Amino acid sequence: MELYELTINELHEKLKKREVSSVEATQACLDRIGAVESKVHAFITVTPEEALKGATEADQRIASGDMDILTGIPIALKDIYLTKGILTTCASRILANFIPPYDATSWLKLKERGAVLLGKLNQDEFAMGSSTESSHFGPTRNPWDLERIPGGSSGGSAAAIAARQATVTLGTDTGGSIRQPASHCGCVGLKPTYGRVSRYGVIAYASSLDQVGPVTRDVTDCAIMLGAVAGYDPADSTSVNLPVPDYTKALVSDVKGMKIGLPKECFIAGLDPDVQKAMDDAIATYKGLGAQFVEISLPTLDYAVAAYYLIATAEASSNLARYDGVRFGHRTETAQGLIDMFSKSRDEGFGVEVKRRIMLGTYALSSGYYDAYYLKAQKVRTLIMHDFIRALENVDAILTPVAPTAAFKIGEKINDPLQMYLSDIFTIPVNLAGTCGMSVPAGFSSEGLPIGLQLVGRPFGEETIIRAAYTFEQATEWHKRKADI
Amino acid sequence: MKYQAVIGLEVHAQLLTNSKIFCGCSTHFGAAPNSQTCPVCLGFPGALPVLNKKVVEYAIRAGLATNCGIAQRSIFARKNYFYPDLPKGYQISQFELPICIGGHLDIEVEREVKRVGITRIHMEEDAGKLVHGDVPGLGSGSGVDLNRACTPLLEIVSEPDMRSADEAVAYLKKLHQIVVYLGICDGNMEEGSFRCDANVSVMPIGSDKFGTRTETKNVNSFRFVKQAIEYEIERQIEVIEDGGRIIQETRLFDPDSGTTRSMRGKEEAHDYRYFPDPDLVPLVISDDWVEDVRLSLPELPDLKRERYVRELGLSAYDAEVLTAGRELGDYFEACVALHPQAKTVANWVMGEVTRVLNEENHSITDCPVTPVLLAALLKLVENGTISGKIAKTVFDEMWKTEKDPARIVEEKGLVQVSDTGEIEKIIDEIMAANPGQVEEYRGGKEKVFGFFVGQVMRASKGKANPGVVNDILLKKLKG
Repeated sequence: MELYELTINELHEKLKKREVSSVEATQACLDRIGAVESKVHAFITVTPEEALKGATEADQRIASGDMDILTGIPIALKDIYLTKGILTTCASRILANFIPPYDATSWLKLKERGAVLLGKLNQDEFAMGSSTESSHFGPTRNPWDLERIPGGSSGGSAAAIAARQATVTLGTDTGGSIRQPASHCGCVGLKPTYGRVSRYGVIAYASSLDQVGPVTRDVTDCAIMLGAVAGYDPADSTSVNLPVPDYTKALVSDVKGMKIGLPKECFIAGLDPDVQKAMDDAIATYKGLGAQFVEISLPTLDYAVAAYYLIATAEASSNLARYDGVRFGHRTETAQGLIDMFSKSRDEGFGVEVKRRIMLGTYALSSGYYDAYYLKAQKVRTLIMHDFIRALENVDAILTPVAPTAAFKIGEKINDPLQMYLSDIFTIPVNLAGTCGMSVPAGFSSEGLPIGLQLVGRPFGEETIIRAAYTFEQATEWHKRKADI
Repeated sequence: MKYQAVIGLEVHAQLLTNSKIFCGCSTHFGAAPNSQTCPVCLGFPGALPVLNKKVVEYAIRAGLATNCGIAQRSIFARKNYFYPDLPKGYQISQFELPICIGGHLDIEVEREVKRVGITRIHMEEDAGKLVHGDVPGLGSGSGVDLNRACTPLLEIVSEPDMRSADEAVAYLKKLHQIVVYLGICDGNMEEGSFRCDANVSVMPIGSDKFGTRTETKNVNSFRFVKQAIEYEIERQIEVIEDGGRIIQETRLFDPDSGTTRSMRGKEEAHDYRYFPDPDLVPLVISDDWVEDVRLSLPELPDLKRERYVRELGLSAYDAEVLTAGRELGDYFEACVALHPQAKTVANWVMGEVTRVLNEENHSITDCPVTPVLLAALLKLVENGTISGKIAKTVFDEMWKTEKDPARIVEEKGLVQVSDTGEIEKIIDEIMAANPGQVEEYRGGKEKVFGFFVGQVMRASKGKANPGVVNDILLKKLKG
């Protein structure tokens, strides 16, 4: 196995035994990026100098015996994380020149433990999209089939793992933006419970839904990364002050007696046959391992996508108001007066999908429409939350597909926003409910594309779904397949 | 047809917290532009607000002092609009669920007490400010200074209960006095720490249907509030009398001309698209917290004034003067505690102390003659060591040197002479030197008595005890 293909655990063992140095592992990743990046385009910015500097420092720490599981591990971050002194664009022209003055809390936590930053990953502009096609810097390609999208919005985070460019990456998930690309690229992806991880320093798309999470090669790495970024942050009022368990203790291969719910609304006739088969196989595997399945109902699920596109866009329309050309980012060259500067800077700076969502959200909050749209959507959200809480009182976890199909082709849905929005139909409700969800490799389509299964847990019940995912992973080989690139 | 004005006020009070409402930056006034900023108050990507608990405490104080209910659960909302001094493109404020609701203040105008309702008090952040013209480092042009961005404000909204400019000013003064008493606002209207927008409409007397109102902004003194409202009432009556209609609009007060002019009409009014701020969790306030704040409240001016009259026997006027500012009352009471002659202390505080403070442009809080020293001085008068007149001289000396009055009296030899032998000797000499005046007095011209007192005091350099002088003089002149 090449150094760039290792998991955190595997690389950590080698670093600990001094079989390799962090500089060697980091250089291996940088070389790999050099070799495949022209095909994949997972990165917006590669930072070789910072990476090697970080790796050298990590090696010194290791030499001095000050070593942690993350010390010397090469990672990459979605370009939505603020990285002090390193270009952070959110894949938008409006931030194409933005050098942040501070670090996101989650990145800071990793950095302090000696993680090494390889660069910043491509994504949909402002995390608005399901395909990474809306990036100002051009699309990322799926390492399993370069004609296809890697999913989105954290497409770069998943593609970089599938293309073996980084040991581990962080993405963000507002409506499925970690789980859906992880599913499409054959990775493990986790969206923690809302409030589990600080959002400070993560560029906001929809504040009440955004959550930080890892994309990894396996469930073990996922547990390690969650433990590293989770926890209360006084700088984020919405982060929750609950102790962070050692998630690696949940890496137990045992689901005997575990009760898993299958929402009948998700397993309808007409589900893509490859996805249906992967789910059927997964259910059979779980049954063989001693898990019990019960049919459950989430009756409000039908309204989730509509509610999401009102709430998320409403929040986005306000969150993105700060990009006005006054203090940072793109400012038009041709402004005539103040209002003209605002509108031209924004017109030039934002892409089509971002503008669409700002307009949608502005409309939903407008006087006279607020009650009918925003407020109604919030009520629907409450009902969805109740549906999940009620269902999870009777089951330990819920199993659904991550996405209705495997990865689609680049260009296939970009001009049909509604079809694009529907690709997150199974992931969006989890964000609205505020609970945790995880994507685990569960098979391949007839065309050889990865398919993931989604496990949904109780709020702050990440340990349960990690255990369920780990048990499944131990019993299957899906995560061991590698994209041929 | 006669008209009745209807007035409501919206007051913004900047809170005296050390740090801003949603970040740790200093609120200190007058620092170099943009030197008191951070990613949060600059509205940088990824930055998030964290509520300053002190602001909540101050809001509770204001609510309790104005008889409001304190909401157990209140919500911060975003008010969305674009302006260069508004870094995030929205202001964090409160909208549907403010922290304080349903209070009132009693005001007195022309000896009539009137109750003015307070609709709500809410917390919000201030915007920055634009600097036009000569901008340091920019040359000519416009710059943005965000030091003020994110400083905490309370918005205090009254009911439309006032019916004249005088009532509005009385309400505003009362509110001003309260926030200053509470120590939550410095009340500086010139610097904008306490500012007021006036909603004014007129209707025919006897009508119960309010007319269309205008909102006048930028009235930053009590005098301007009176001017602006009176102008606006007159203007509106004129428009109606001329057969016109009042347009609902925002108007700007021009202090130079004392008039108001249209700023923007309702058609141009913003749709602020308020919605709950998802970055801040609902604010939950426990009953215990409210009670703790209630116990920590200072005595408010109304109650204090009544107490001065009832318990200390002061006149209503004296009580009013001494409670106008919290510090003056504190000084007075500290002094009375040491020298329980309230009337005497009141006269000194309102007399000598206030006079010298005004002359020297000092505030009572850094008065060099502390209550302890003043009480010591008054003791010397009370026990006859010095006369009241000498005491004023000693006071001036205390102001300059901050020395103990007894020491000044001793050093300067100002001890009052009460020794009858010594005084008799002086009187004898003066009577001998002025036989004509002695005759006049004895001839029935009693006014000459004052002449003799003056002579004795002069001869004793003011140190003779006036009571003793009077007694002996009277005895000797009557012969």
